[in-house]
Amino acid sequence: MSDPASIIHVSELTKIFKVPEREAGLRAAAKSLVRRKNREVSAVDGISFEIAPGEVVGFLGPNGAGKTTTLKMLAGLLYPSGGEARVLGHVPSRRERDYLRRMTMVMGNRNQLQWDIPALDSFELNRAIYRLRREDFLEMRDELIELLDVGDLVRKPVRNLSLGERMKVEIVAALLHRPQVLFLDEPTIGLDVTMQKRIRTFVAEYNLRHGATVLLTSHYMADVEALCKRVIVIHHGRILFDGALSSLGDEFAAYKTIGVVLENGNAPLDEYGEIIHREEGRVTLRVPKAETSRVAARLLNDHDVLDLTIEEPPIEDVIELVFAQER
Amino acid sequence: MSVDAAELPVAQLREEGRWRSLLDFYLTTMRTAVAEQLQYRVTNYFYMLGMIAEPVIQLVVWTTIADQHGGSVNGITAGEFAAYYIVWTLVRNMNIVFGAPFWEWRIREGQLSGQLLRPMHILHYDLAYFAGWKFVVIGLWVPIAIGLSLVFKPDLHPTPLEIVVFVFAIWGAYLIRSMFQGVIGMLNFWTTRGAAVFDLYMATELLLSGRLVPLQLMPGWVQTLANFLPFKWTFGFPIEVLVGHMSPASLMLGLGVQVLWIGIGYVLFKFAWTAAIKRFSAVGG
Repeated sequence: MSDPASIIHVSELTKIFKVPEREAGLRAAAKSLVRRKNREVSAVDGISFEIAPGEVVGFLGPNGAGKTTTLKMLAGLLYPSGGEARVLGHVPSRRERDYLRRMTMVMGNRNQLQWDIPALDSFELNRAIYRLRREDFLEMRDELIELLDVGDLVRKPVRNLSLGERMKVEIVAALLHRPQVLFLDEPTIGLDVTMQKRIRTFVAEYNLRHGATVLLTSHYMADVEALCKRVIVIHHGRILFDGALSSLGDEFAAYKTIGVVLENGNAPLDEYGEIIHREEGRVTLRVPKAETSRVAARLLNDHDVLDLTIEEPPIEDVIELVFAQER
Repeated sequence: MSVDAAELPVAQLREEGRWRSLLDFYLTTMRTAVAEQLQYRVTNYFYMLGMIAEPVIQLVVWTTIADQHGGSVNGITAGEFAAYYIVWTLVRNMNIVFGAPFWEWRIREGQLSGQLLRPMHILHYDLAYFAGWKFVVIGLWVPIAIGLSLVFKPDLHPTPLEIVVFVFAIWGAYLIRSMFQGVIGMLNFWTTRGAAVFDLYMATELLLSGRLVPLQLMPGWVQTLANFLPFKWTFGFPIEVLVGHMSPASLMLGLGVQVLWIGIGYVLFKFAWTAAIKRFSAVGG
């Protein structure tokens, strides 16, 4: 049963690809003329989740985990092999016009704008494709141009824009019809830090202004930390975690870090935990989560402590741990 | 249904009437195509020069043969050959569509994914884009046609009815060819060897359409066979409308046959598209 409050409902969604396979060499090539060998690869293996209207959810996983395949199924690009998906009440694979008018998908490594003409002409084409009233189109276009600060860029032929500039005008084009659901597949890939930040700020602003639901994949944890309260971690086509980003560490990290500055900076601390960093008197220890309080108390008891902090491990490390565990 | 989407707090855009919007889409896409093509003036002229090489060679060969045979071959005079091949250049350009081989590129480069995300059928997009492109080509064709006419002196005296039918026939040819090229292009969803089928299609078209030589010069059984296949209705028929001396009934019958092939092509395209899209693996992005 789907949650009536959800805008994206996914139940046991599966995608299996048939991949041709053969050995190297002439003999194998000749053999494949007569008999082809195929292997079935399960890219998405029965995943289920619900997303509420207005949520911004990070979809995390290593390369080949099934993130993009899932997004493509939700956008209607791929037919699922099994299970069910509903977005905005529509079955995406039917690709109904009413559905396509209310969602968008931005792929960071793909350009959908006309290459040889200014982006403004592509925007105009999108106005016609999405059947927008001119006044609505102009209002939204100008709002997006302002939000992304691309006023000077939209009159240049797209081929003359840098990667980051192209991505910004690409986003403008993708949002002209005010989609209610955004699928963002690596929207900041290959961009410099400033441009990444700009796009993150924009997505957050768009979400606030229009109440849009966002499902985002990114390899940059900064994107996820800045935008997503909730993350879904996928690996080998299966969901490993679905919950608050803040609780990811609680669930998967078996350790915490203790940063300590002692009066006697050279005191040996090996017995308290694994020393992972030592710099200018400050020592960072990795200790099992369950023993954190006891180790901190011992440190305070045994030494003259000038400063002591207990921290969760960095989110990148936690994600790495999640993938490593593959439970 | 998971949610009543109408209740969502997101701004909704109003939609214009369906037919008016579709017309707007066609005109906008055609304008975009013209704008894109105008970026490459030199490329366009080289393209046109390449395009007229084939008919000019044919013209020289057939007018020479006609001169050596007392002025005509199978009843076609040198002036009629000139008319045939000059009109051929326009019909050939009208017959440029989103070609079957480009479907592979479209899939591989991820272009198809982008187009699938939009609420507009790909057939509309292809038809509109290449229709716009025609206007650039026709603009470039006019001086070339004038030049060829001055050199080869075509025997061309169309009636107003023939001119009107010709205008419809060249667009009919465009639609028929778009549908069939699309169907062949979609073979790429099933096989990576779609090019072989395309080559076979092109060879058959070359012989049975009037593209290589006027069908009048072909054996009787070939002419009969050509009547029952789509190829003639994309080349030979539109040319004959203008240069031949067809009766009004034959002109109307020809247009009717074109409509029939457009219908058959559309059904095949739709059938192929519905099946193909289920096989799409979006590998290109």
